[in-house]
Amino acid sequence: MTASVEIMTVKVLLFASYADWIGRDTVEVSLPAPATVADLVRQLRDEFPQADRLPARPLTAINAVHATPDSPLREGDEVALLPPLAGG
Amino acid sequence: MSDSSYLSERPLDVAALLSSVGASDRGGIASFVGLVRDNHAGRAVKRLEYSAYAPMAEAECVAIVAEAETKWPVQVALAHRIGMLEVGDAAVAIAVAAPHRGEAFEACRYVIEELKRRVPIWKREWYADGSSDWVNPAGSHAVNAPEEVTIASVGERHG
Repeated sequence: MTASVEIMTVKVLLFASYADWIGRDTVEVSLPAPATVADLVRQLRDEFPQADRLPARPLTAINAVHATPDSPLREGDEVALLPPLAGG
Repeated sequence: MSDSSYLSERPLDVAALLSSVGASDRGGIASFVGLVRDNHAGRAVKRLEYSAYAPMAEAECVAIVAEAETKWPVQVALAHRIGMLEVGDAAVAIAVAAPHRGEAFEACRYVIEELKRRVPIWKREWYADGSSDWVNPAGSHAVNAPEEVTIASVGERHG
């Protein structure tokens, strides 16, 4: 009776301090579709206790392009959580 | 775009970067070279470890160079070092050649500011006592991390 709920899976890439906090640099996350970047971050914070150090609205990219918390996700997307940038 | 045209694991060759943009119709080259400093926020820094989300960093560098070359009549060369750097090492180098100096300086400033704002590169500071910490240019380290981190002109959507 819940067969109508569609689940999507995305690959989350973690870098620098975020990878240190969570203890890995990639995580597969499944979540109900439709979903946004903000939904994914919420789910990560639920699944990984260490992820509560992540900002609620971190800088992100979808498939290597800057995204916003409202950006929609698609099955198979690569979503990068980007700590504060420090190039230069 | 080749797969590693802007990020380099080897020491940057600033002289080669400068000569790569010269041409007979360009009257000047402006350059910026960012170096590893021996201190930050009151602590003695021994070395800096740079890492990147390489495919995105390369793509952002391609875009920034293209933007500068569209806004001004310039040719831009850019390189950013990745890996463990010692004090005094060049972390980033930019060379901008233009017919006149004004355009060269403006475009050079644009490239370094956009790089710092958009290119996914991080650095970990290693201190004299062997400890280390990630650098957060927006403020002090994780303690006061802002709840929301945004880039002002995020306009691109995927797809």
